Amino acid sequence: MTIERNARLREVQSWGDLFRFTIEAPAMGQEARPGQFVMVKVSDGAFPLLRRPLGIHDANAGGIELFFKVAGQGTGILSQKKSGDRLDIIGPLGKGFTISAATKGKKVYLVGGGRGIAPLYFLARELVKAGTRPFVLYGGRCRTDIPLRDRFEKSGIEFLCSTDDGSFGFAGLVTELAAIELAKAKPAMIYACGPDPMMKALASLAAKHDVPAEFSLESIMGCGIGACWGCVHRIRNGKGNGWVKICEEGPVFPGERILWP
Amino acid sequence: MAVTAKTIDLSVDLGFLGLRNPVLTASGTFGYGLEFEPYLDLEKLGGIVVKGLFYKPREGNPPPRLVETASGLINAIGLQGVGVEAFVAKVLPKLRSIGTPIIVNVCGADEDEYAAVVEYLDKQEGIAGYELNISCPNVKKEGLCPALSPQPTFDLVKRIKAASRRPLITKLSPNVTSIVEIAQAAEEAGTDAVALVNTFLAMAIDLETRRPKLGNVYGGLSGPAIKPIALRMVHQVASRLEVPVIGMGGIMTGTDALEFLVAGASAVEVGTASFVDPDAAARIVDEIRRWCEAHGVAAVRDIIGTLKTT
Repeated sequence: MTIERNARLREVQSWGDLFRFTIEAPAMGQEARPGQFVMVKVSDGAFPLLRRPLGIHDANAGGIELFFKVAGQGTGILSQKKSGDRLDIIGPLGKGFTISAATKGKKVYLVGGGRGIAPLYFLARELVKAGTRPFVLYGGRCRTDIPLRDRFEKSGIEFLCSTDDGSFGFAGLVTELAAIELAKAKPAMIYACGPDPMMKALASLAAKHDVPAEFSLESIMGCGIGACWGCVHRIRNGKGNGWVKICEEGPVFPGERILWP
Repeated sequence: MAVTAKTIDLSVDLGFLGLRNPVLTASGTFGYGLEFEPYLDLEKLGGIVVKGLFYKPREGNPPPRLVETASGLINAIGLQGVGVEAFVAKVLPKLRSIGTPIIVNVCGADEDEYAAVVEYLDKQEGIAGYELNISCPNVKKEGLCPALSPQPTFDLVKRIKAASRRPLITKLSPNVTSIVEIAQAAEEAGTDAVALVNTFLAMAIDLETRRPKLGNVYGGLSGPAIKPIALRMVHQVASRLEVPVIGMGGIMTGTDALEFLVAGASAVEVGTASFVDPDAAARIVDEIRRWCEAHGVAAVRDIIGTLKTT
């Protein structure tokens, strides 16, 4: 974990309100694991005050990539940054996805909804390195909502797309697509990131098919480092069901531990 | 002798406790301290005030617990925490080895629980004092906080002062008609210092859903938005009390901290700034030192209460 006060934004790519940042942050890039996140400062002044938590989209020895959607004022300001600008970033933070030796040689499903696809690209690449076969199910509202399909295509990662309006790929929810694929073949593991209703539906699908699953949860965060206790979610722990900090114990949790609202 | 960064004396004296510099961390914004070890040198701080402790572990409020507003943050965490026994077993041994004064923020659902917390902590070594969080809702008295009126403040401070062998700082709520009256009640009851201000009761609304943005409906506002009000309250209280005042409310920079000292605070607590920059408290120490150097101030304590009003 490092604080990069002056990380250079090398490249900005955008598709409507979706943005991909390539950032020079070598120490962070070398340490990052799929599913971890960073806290990015969006303003030098007092508003917006807090950093924004963003999932790491990819990482390598040169730095990290972020993929985010403009969801409010903070990400709106962030989206105005240009190539060559400097960013103040803390990370990598949290505990990411488990890449288990038990899934080596086997197929696993990665299900991403909208901006929730962000950490799954990094995960898919690392799974390939570990000898596991990732199969990505990538859903969005419409074809402009799923711009990373070219990236998966170029990386040779097996994937299918779904759109709610049927403008690209499977017409329907990504969870409906997942149900169809699960009926065809049972994967060794499911990884997911997306809106809560999507992940909740997927959790019951995973349970029904008896497939272990991991979910990356999202929350407003005050600090990202476990100090403010603002980002809690109901999680089963040994002693009962408690409010557990997403930033510190997560953001990735095994499906059986999550109590969905 | 010329004032240089090396010769500047940043120490302040609270009477019952000397600090290497006036910068403490505010309870609830610095976890139990160790969370921040990767980000700053904890030895550099004047003191660490840890998150409020009830006797038992406490579950806290349902989310959402945070909402950002103009230059501020409203929180409704609900004082979730590990409880005093887990703190003593798991955190305190490491925390006290750092060599920075540790002040424990003490909570209670009623007077007996406050007393139980200090009695338990009194048996432990390595604690410099207690900060009494009198803003906890009292379960036996219709959820009212002792902080809201002078008599319950007096009663609680008196009881805890008598129950404890350590110095007591009473942390005041700004959500009152006259904070000076409450501060005076705490002083009469024997508090060794007062700390102010806690957060301002606030709310935020999502117009589209017409729902509150916090699970608890109301929360406490902190951050730069509250600084001018906090500064006014610190000045009012410091002008009327004999005991030292610890000031806080929206301190983000060394300049902010120094303003509180000029208003009469003997030390400050850095709160929400630590969420934005985990090393903020240490940076603020450096900024105070640089300001003193630039202004030829040899000892930072010399500027305490030096506000010119005529």
